[in-house]
Amino acid sequence: MIHDWLAGMSWMVWAIVLPLLGAVCAFLFPRRAAVIGLSGAFLTAGAALAVLLQIIMGGPRSYALGGWGAPLGIDLVADGLSALMLAMTAIVGAAVSVYARVYLASSPDKVKRFWPLWLFLWAALNGLFQAGDAFNLYVTLELLGLSAVALVALTGSGPALWGAMRYLLVSLLGSLAYLLGVALLYHAYGTVDLALLGERADGGLMLAVPLGAMIAGLLLKTGLFPFHVWLPPAHGSARAPVSALLSGLVVKASFYLLLRLWFTFVPEGQGVPLLLGSLGAAAVFWGSVQALRQKRLKLLVAYSTVAQLGYLFIAFPLAGLDPALAWGGSIYLALSHALAKGAMFLAAGSIMTQGGHDEIAELDRVVDRMPLTLAAFALSGISLAGLPPSGGFVGKWMLLQAALAQGQWFWAVVMIVGGLLTATYVFRVLGFAFTKSPHEHERHDVPPTMEWTALLLALGAVALGFVAPWALPLLDGVLP
Amino acid sequence: MNTNAWLPLLVLASSLVPGLVIFMLPEKAVAWRTALNLGGAVVKIILLVLMMIGVFHGVQYEFRLPLVPGIDFVLHADALALMFVNLSAVLWLATTIYAIGYLEDSPNRSRFFGYFSLCVTTTVGLAMAGNLLTFLVFYEALTLTTYPLVVHRGTEVARKAGRSYLAYTLFGGVLVLAGTIWLYSLTGTLEFVDRGFVAGFGIDPGVLRMIFALLILGVGVKAALVPLHGWLPQAMVAPAPVSALLHAVAVVKAGAFGIVRIVYDVFGIEFAASLGVTLPLAVLAAITIIYGSTRALFQDDLKRRLAFSTVSQVSYIALGVAIAGPIATIGGLVHLVHQGFMKITLFFCAGNYAETLGVHKVSQLAGVGRRMPWTTGAFTLAAFGMIGVPPMVGFVSKWYLGLGALEVGQGWVVLVLAGSSLLNAAYFLPILRTAWFDPPPDEWPRERDFGGKETAWMLLLPPLATVAAALAWGLFASMPGTPLDWVQFIAARKYGP
Repeated sequence: MIHDWLAGMSWMVWAIVLPLLGAVCAFLFPRRAAVIGLSGAFLTAGAALAVLLQIIMGGPRSYALGGWGAPLGIDLVADGLSALMLAMTAIVGAAVSVYARVYLASSPDKVKRFWPLWLFLWAALNGLFQAGDAFNLYVTLELLGLSAVALVALTGSGPALWGAMRYLLVSLLGSLAYLLGVALLYHAYGTVDLALLGERADGGLMLAVPLGAMIAGLLLKTGLFPFHVWLPPAHGSARAPVSALLSGLVVKASFYLLLRLWFTFVPEGQGVPLLLGSLGAAAVFWGSVQALRQKRLKLLVAYSTVAQLGYLFIAFPLAGLDPALAWGGSIYLALSHALAKGAMFLAAGSIMTQGGHDEIAELDRVVDRMPLTLAAFALSGISLAGLPPSGGFVGKWMLLQAALAQGQWFWAVVMIVGGLLTATYVFRVLGFAFTKSPHEHERHDVPPTMEWTALLLALGAVALGFVAPWALPLLDGVLP
Repeated sequence: MNTNAWLPLLVLASSLVPGLVIFMLPEKAVAWRTALNLGGAVVKIILLVLMMIGVFHGVQYEFRLPLVPGIDFVLHADALALMFVNLSAVLWLATTIYAIGYLEDSPNRSRFFGYFSLCVTTTVGLAMAGNLLTFLVFYEALTLTTYPLVVHRGTEVARKAGRSYLAYTLFGGVLVLAGTIWLYSLTGTLEFVDRGFVAGFGIDPGVLRMIFALLILGVGVKAALVPLHGWLPQAMVAPAPVSALLHAVAVVKAGAFGIVRIVYDVFGIEFAASLGVTLPLAVLAAITIIYGSTRALFQDDLKRRLAFSTVSQVSYIALGVAIAGPIATIGGLVHLVHQGFMKITLFFCAGNYAETLGVHKVSQLAGVGRRMPWTTGAFTLAAFGMIGVPPMVGFVSKWYLGLGALEVGQGWVVLVLAGSSLLNAAYFLPILRTAWFDPPPDEWPRERDFGGKETAWMLLLPPLATVAAALAWGLFASMPGTPLDWVQFIAARKYGP
């Protein structure tokens, strides 16, 4: 019975409508924003997980909004990749929501702005992961970008506003490039439906130019080196829950879109994959080295995102021989990074709340005062560094395997050295957490809820190391 | 033949669960913490006894779970695994009792014992790992769980020691990872098999030599092979029970055990010998033995002297493995157990001197034998064992090593053993002389009162028990049920057609 009920409901629509409704209600009733927001978050997470279950049981699905099928109406489509992304968003989103409710309790003016924006962003994410045509993807991408920028600006201080401004410009530029590509595609092939485009596209300049514009726009939004300059200020200066959302989820959305385009059109030739992979390798080194040099914890975590995003692109040059292995590894890294980086930013937020600062050298025995938070930081760091057992390890192992199967030693070395650098900056933080700082700092109590949500999310990243054999088959049929 | 999947998991859980619960306990819950610690340790030993009875009756103990595409997470309790698990479980019990006494009234005990239990869990997992990937998982996890113990004191020195520890061990982990993935890309399997699995694939010998070097150097970091030993003396900043565990059971032994697994169950000793990789390993081990002993001569800090002694002694295991003859194999493997019991005794005693009298240096040990006769007695016996004086177990190890080397015509090894024994004597005997025969000082640096007794019973009992075992197994080496007996059973499976 439950099975029928689960299968019968149109959860794909609910996963978008529920957060939208929540956002509207939270906006209309600002005094109850936190309660509405949290309930909306749980309902949305439930709906997204229901979509995952539906797809596990019944395979890919599509849903025609209002009964009009493509190409006239709006089609929602969800396959295994969409389901994994929805589930990732649900888990990180639920944890961040629980955390944010406690974290923002002391600043009521932020509460009433945070919840509508965040739920709106969630609706955009869920819409993006289930959109079936290039134009709807543009719409959701734009909505996502705007709400993300507004969330960064929530901090209200000088550097955050500056960061938000840069983020806004980059985001708009990226979306514009993408839109240009969509328009050219429509002009050339008379449709924006991805499945139809995949059938009609025939290569050549007609395809290469719009695709190039779209990819460039998405790289800008994903923050791949050297387009990353906007990322650390935006992610580093936002409030902790917002940083967790931006680093964990928002950059993954544009990466997801990139993968969708790539899988649809399967561009030929070696040049572009090699270029993307090289940029990824450069990002791994540059981001890690910058992270090592940071004195402030949140900036360190933000630069770590630059480096970790680089790993995702290493799959492009490796996908030739065994696509499932390379893409599977990259997607698995993206999932693990979402959980781990979310947990890491939440932990950093707790540490900042406790000490009133985030100078790494002045962590001052955080291990005694907040063992749970430090455990969360350490566990998420393990996953980021790709140390076993963790989701990060599984993803990296698959990519390494793909590299060695083709004798592509260079990429293997990049990944291994990158992992060492990651471990170095993570443990640099942990080391200072054990020692006493020479200066006295004012201390504040951190609610246990904040500590536990970060820890549970980090444990999720570790647990991903054990569920790969069940998660990866979802990607069968999605990958080229 | 029936297969039991749960017992290996329960063996892991018997220290994992107490460890996790201990993290949650408030600092003052001493009784609960003690009960959990000792309860877990006793349960683990009971489970092991059950498993050994099962193995005797032909039951297969194996737990399998898919981990990454194509490779399982495997816990498999074979004879070699059981030997190491037993060593860990028994010494864990001794060290736990000792640590409870040692850390009385010191801060952050919940954290300490929590990581302590996790550390043993990973060691046991490493012992039971049924393939190279599972081994790698626990090898890295061991690094991560011991790090908080090394920096436990939270001083600037401890932080730097922790940093150096990580720099070495993570580098080692990377080498093992590289070797593992490379091997997998060539063979498509990583399962440990008696006499090795790589021989039948027709892989280029040059590539195999590279992989062997990667893997052995990777585990060699933890086994403290020269020149990868630099972390070990620095890690002495950790509290004495940690040093005891690190040196006798967990980290250093994990490295040595890794060498054993890689040589016997990945490559196979005869195939490795035909590749020509065992001789370089033997030479490296011999250099480490002599180098460690020589450095130990010049250390005044007692724990540092013992640390360099560990560098030297652990390489006996690698040497025994690398000589590539059945008798030497027995010598090397049995030393894995023997060195554990002797070295843990020495560290317990060093901790007792520090904790009871505030004595940290060799030069301060004058007359300590009169003040603490039992402790010094245990120290003396263990030191004789390290030198290789019969009837201590150390003699048994060296006897088999020497005999095994002669059997395969590697006479130079005997010279190394003799030289090392001389050096051992040169750095241990002066300690014993000054401890027993020099007059004690008027006042000890920082003496604690234990009501007329030598020291707290929880500090005294563990070293007496471990040294008694080391003596008994030396005296009755050829009786059934001794480590030597078990090791002969293992060695028989690693050679032959």
